Amino acid sequence: MQDFGAAFGLAFSLVFNADADLVEIILLSLRVSIGAVALAALIGFPLGALTAVVAFPGRQAIAVLLNALMGLPPVVVGLLVYMALSRAGPFGWMNLLYSPAAMIIAQTILVTPIIAALTRQVVEDMHREYDEQFRSLCIPPRRVIGALIWDSRYSLLTVTLAGFGRAIAEVGAVIIVGGNIDHLTRVMTTAIALETSKGDLALALALGFILLVLALSVNAAVYGLRLSARRLSYA
Amino acid sequence: MPDAGAAWSQRRDTVPLPLQVDGLCYRVDEETLIDNISVSIDSPGISVILGPNGAGKSLFLRLIHGLIDPSAGDIRWRGRPPDLAQRRRQALVFQKPVLLRRSVAANIDFVLKPLGAGYRERRDQILQAAGLFRLRDHPARLLSGGEQQKLALARALATDPAVLLLDEPCASIDAGSTLQIETLLEQTSARGVKILLVTHNIGQARRLADDVLFLHHGRLLEYSPAEAFMKCPKSPPAQAFIDGNIVL
Repeated sequence: MQDFGAAFGLAFSLVFNADADLVEIILLSLRVSIGAVALAALIGFPLGALTAVVAFPGRQAIAVLLNALMGLPPVVVGLLVYMALSRAGPFGWMNLLYSPAAMIIAQTILVTPIIAALTRQVVEDMHREYDEQFRSLCIPPRRVIGALIWDSRYSLLTVTLAGFGRAIAEVGAVIIVGGNIDHLTRVMTTAIALETSKGDLALALALGFILLVLALSVNAAVYGLRLSARRLSYA
Repeated sequence: MPDAGAAWSQRRDTVPLPLQVDGLCYRVDEETLIDNISVSIDSPGISVILGPNGAGKSLFLRLIHGLIDPSAGDIRWRGRPPDLAQRRRQALVFQKPVLLRRSVAANIDFVLKPLGAGYRERRDQILQAAGLFRLRDHPARLLSGGEQQKLALARALATDPAVLLLDEPCASIDAGSTLQIETLLEQTSARGVKILLVTHNIGQARRLADDVLFLHHGRLLEYSPAEAFMKCPKSPPAQAFIDGNIVL
């Protein structure tokens, strides 16, 4: 128990003294996960809205597939991206393995189905409400999709948050394709895994604490935004 | 709307009348909701589609607008089916206004923007005519019921339709808004826009109608000039309806 107490004390001093290593790890985590979520949103919003609005062959299959892929195991994604980016793989020539770019790619693959599947549900509900009005106004499909995404922007913020939560917390994919290299690809989750196995609980605890605070504050911010949006009847 | 009179005199020629409906049926499962309606509407002005609740008035409107396909029968606007090209020249105001989750101005902009430059001035004119200009930055969904319906009508008029279809636009709004909407409709009709208005409000029909289509149980019982219809309706249900009795 004394060890634990000391670990807590050290953890707080690391946080409040803004330890350089700690800050570096946090910034890289944010860079990788925000980058991945931005890319996933870029793909997932239109993909989800398209499957919600446009009737094309295989639409149901894509909807089922997206839902199934929401539970994609990170280690499997990590393994597949590793194989694709390794020397012998099809994208080996890009020399991306063990770089932040590889981690962004892996997390994008992990998060895109989550954003696309949830977007589909949100947009489908709104489409049901707007459909007759849009058809009456003869709005072309591309504008319909754009309008639905824009009008569900506050719900989609929550969707994005769900994706971010998944990305920032996962360890399996980034540790395989990033390799947890100090000062290069070490992020919060991989550092926690490593430090815990090394027995250096202070750094692990400090990182865990930051991770929790980060998750809480992002959630609180989005919740506040949603509240004000509902007050303005935009949500 | 403050448009040049010349533009509107041309409008009369572009109104795609007559509207010819032949043997129109609409069935869901085994139930016949629209039952063999045939009619030819050639008169300009305001045609009121009148009837008790459940008569099939809203369905009839959706069918001639091309939003739903008939089970049988034929619909022609000056010889053309109600396809996309026809629908572009029409606007439909729904009973429950479907407004975008945006500001009042942005709701009008949504239909005006594709028309290109100068849409802001036109939007402001439209909002002024509808009495909504001071609310232009307001979230559309926080407006009162009457204001929402006025905005829906303003948006419909912003598309510059040759035919305006309205489904019970004043069903659940205050008297002041009803008056404003009726005034807007009269002005619009005077500009040569053909109006088809669904209502079950006999008072509104008396005030606005040039001719009346009376629907009952999915069938068209009467189509006659408003004055003749109000004075001596030919069918007992229509008589009962005018007398203010409950029509089953």
